Amino acid sequence: MNPGRCAACRYLRRRCPPDCIFSPYFPPNNPQRFASIHRIYGASNVAKLLQQLPSHLRTQAADSLYLEAQYRIEDPVYGCVGLISLLQQQIHDVERQLAMTQAEIAFRARHPQAVESNLLNNVGNPSFSNQASSWFM
Amino acid sequence: MGGSSPCASCKLLRRRCAKDCIFAPYFPSDDPHKFAIVHRVFGASNVSKMLQELPVQQRADAVNSLVYEANARVRDPVYGCVGAISYLENQVSQLQMQLAVAQTEMLCIRMQQESALPMPMPTQMQQDDKSFLAATNNLDNISQYLNFASSSSSSNVIQDPSALKRESLWT
Repeated sequence: MNPGRCAACRYLRRRCPPDCIFSPYFPPNNPQRFASIHRIYGASNVAKLLQQLPSHLRTQAADSLYLEAQYRIEDPVYGCVGLISLLQQQIHDVERQLAMTQAEIAFRARHPQAVESNLLNNVGNPSFSNQASSWFM
Repeated sequence: MGGSSPCASCKLLRRRCAKDCIFAPYFPSDDPHKFAIVHRVFGASNVSKMLQELPVQQRADAVNSLVYEANARVRDPVYGCVGAISYLENQVSQLQMQLAVAQTEMLCIRMQQESALPMPMPTQMQQDDKSFLAATNNLDNISQYLNFASSSSSSNVIQDPSALKRESLWT
């Protein structure tokens, strides 16, 4: 038994050669990292993917594969795509709020008297805020 | 098989397409690329295991998300979907900063316009005095807005996967 085997070769129960494609990215002190990736992608797919990349990019690739594997294990239906969907929705919501706020700024800049007279007539009127917001819809 | 053509998976894997083939409902024969890309990234046996572990009604969404991820990984072999997540998180951060700045500007305009109003009627004096003082004290709120806008930073891509919300991209 070679005590210096990487986590991948330990998991796969094989000898860890000096040029093992996995060993720089799956150290033996973190067996769960390779186990997660193996569960989702399989060892040969990961090996092929890493081999196709220049060596200076393989660490980032291994890290992103691990992250995506974790998302998929946590959410077997949507994986990390669920988070992408959530972020796209957040962008849509914030863009809408920003557009409304910018429209209100533009309106108030152009019509300060209209805003002023409405304020004078409608202070204390609970329906005023609805009316004001309808100007910008 | 009953004469029907094999699904895209069984065609690619060159095997008989059984009646209860787990891939057949989701990988029709007229779209061979869909299974090819999923097989390339995840492998047929891993996809099969993942689908078997899910209730039938969730499998279509699972396949669609796997196809999405596989496409992202083929387009960007280094970062895959994680690159898209990082980009979107930056966008959210920037938009939230822009919104904070716009809301601060809005607050300034409102205060300017409200402080330019004539003095209110005596019967309403007490109530409106309080609002005026509150508006004046909002100068502190403005600086809080500005602090928020300058201190908000893009969140770390390494999110807690347990915070995921299930949203469908294709409904």
